[in-house]
Amino acid sequence: MQTIDLEAQGLRHLNATLHAQAQETNQTSWEIVNPRGSHAIACGLDAPIEVAVKGSTGYYCAGMNKQATVHVQGSAGPGVAENMMSGTVIIDGDASQYAGATGHGGTLVVKGNASSRCGISMKGIDIVVHGNVGHMSAFMAQSGNLVVCGNAGDALGDSIYEARLFVRGSVKSLGADCIEKEMRPEHLEILADLLERGGSDAKPEEFKRYGSARKLYNFNIDNAY
Amino acid sequence: MCGIVGLFLKDKTLEPQLGHMLTDMLITMTDRGPDSAGIAVYGDTSDGLAKLTVQSDQPDTAFDGIADHLAKTLDVKVTVSIKDTHAVLELPTDQIADARIALAKMDHDVRVMSVGDVIEIYKEVGLPKDVAARFNISDMTGSHGIGHTRMATESAVTTMGAHPFNTGSDQCLVHNGSLSNHNSLRRKLTREGVHIETENDSEVAAAYLTWKMQKGASLGEALQSSLNDLDGFFTFVVGTKDGFGVVRDPIACKPAVMAETDQYVAFGSEYRALVNLPGIEDARVWEPEPATVYFWNH
Repeated sequence: MQTIDLEAQGLRHLNATLHAQAQETNQTSWEIVNPRGSHAIACGLDAPIEVAVKGSTGYYCAGMNKQATVHVQGSAGPGVAENMMSGTVIIDGDASQYAGATGHGGTLVVKGNASSRCGISMKGIDIVVHGNVGHMSAFMAQSGNLVVCGNAGDALGDSIYEARLFVRGSVKSLGADCIEKEMRPEHLEILADLLERGGSDAKPEEFKRYGSARKLYNFNIDNAY
Repeated sequence: MCGIVGLFLKDKTLEPQLGHMLTDMLITMTDRGPDSAGIAVYGDTSDGLAKLTVQSDQPDTAFDGIADHLAKTLDVKVTVSIKDTHAVLELPTDQIADARIALAKMDHDVRVMSVGDVIEIYKEVGLPKDVAARFNISDMTGSHGIGHTRMATESAVTTMGAHPFNTGSDQCLVHNGSLSNHNSLRRKLTREGVHIETENDSEVAAAYLTWKMQKGASLGEALQSSLNDLDGFFTFVVGTKDGFGVVRDPIACKPAVMAETDQYVAFGSEYRALVNLPGIEDARVWEPEPATVYFWNH
């Protein structure tokens, strides 16, 4: 286990050290102490390492992550795991707005609540939120899965393309072109896998599935002014 | 982008440390707003006396004899305490309106920062740490306080454009965001007889809340109605003599984190601002919901 004291050693040292880890590093386990809400912690990682952050983080933690597992043992500020490509990001507490935005791959797990715009423009990432998500979540979501074990706020899945949205609780309102869809056996299977990866013991049968009505895909003259 | 910090103490034993805690919080928000900073502190109250906090770019000349002049003009006792570019004048509450008129007639270069029984507002252009040091904010005692670090968008970088804005006795508001209907609302409020000093959008929001409260609304009700009448992006933190409120617009782009313990309620634009507060590890920390009014009273 390697420990980096962010307060003493600084953000550039932290991220440069983590960036310098090769694919076949022996130093696979890292601990970051004194994060104190700092920005851009463990951003741009590209090695199969495990990073534990002992506390809460500020903006853009674990952005652009590839391969690494980043575990925030606190809450995360805006834009956590933004544009993630692969790997896993786990937040023990809550995540602020636009968690997992534009993510292409990997898994983001939020054990508390995620606020507004969770998974906005997601492009293949899987997101599992144990609590609730705020308004405009999965806005313009293109691909991937968003699992919400609690409730979803207003305008869920507005202008959605092909992402799958699974919500166990209530949905305050659906956004434009987002509709409830039939939960078929293959969806239950996908959801069971997502819940297991996300460390949730919720039952897939308790969820409803939402997705695109595909009415915004083509130009419709009736929508023109 | 701007930074907001706020602290509302429930535990009176923390009051001597209010200025120190608030200064520390304010400085962490420097990179959100390095062009100006301001702090409102709700301090001690003296029976029948109110505070008029004024500012001047030429404090040596402008504050010279100011208390004596007011005392003679109004025939009351006026005390003054000068801190750098600001002076706090203490005089009988019922003389405050006349004092403002007398000040305007004096032809000294002074501007009113705040009026109220307990509030004192200090604000200047410059880095938050420098502004806080100039006024020795860290030694101030109080029951609650609000600070702001400004990155200007809607009006010039001047002392008068800095936050907090005080538009009614003991009321203040700080704002992160930008309002889009402030010009029409300013005209409407002006027609209602409300005086608005600057071209700043946030002052209009402050004046709006004051106007609502003058018409009988509580702080909570005034904040609730702001959600219908103000258009734009906003996270507001407001203070009254014994209250502290927070509201965010329905889109809620502008960040906000709150923490509450048995000892205090705290607000920060980011969690960074809260990390040194006592007992923060065990505090209830949450992000205020969009279009939801939060307020606390002593």
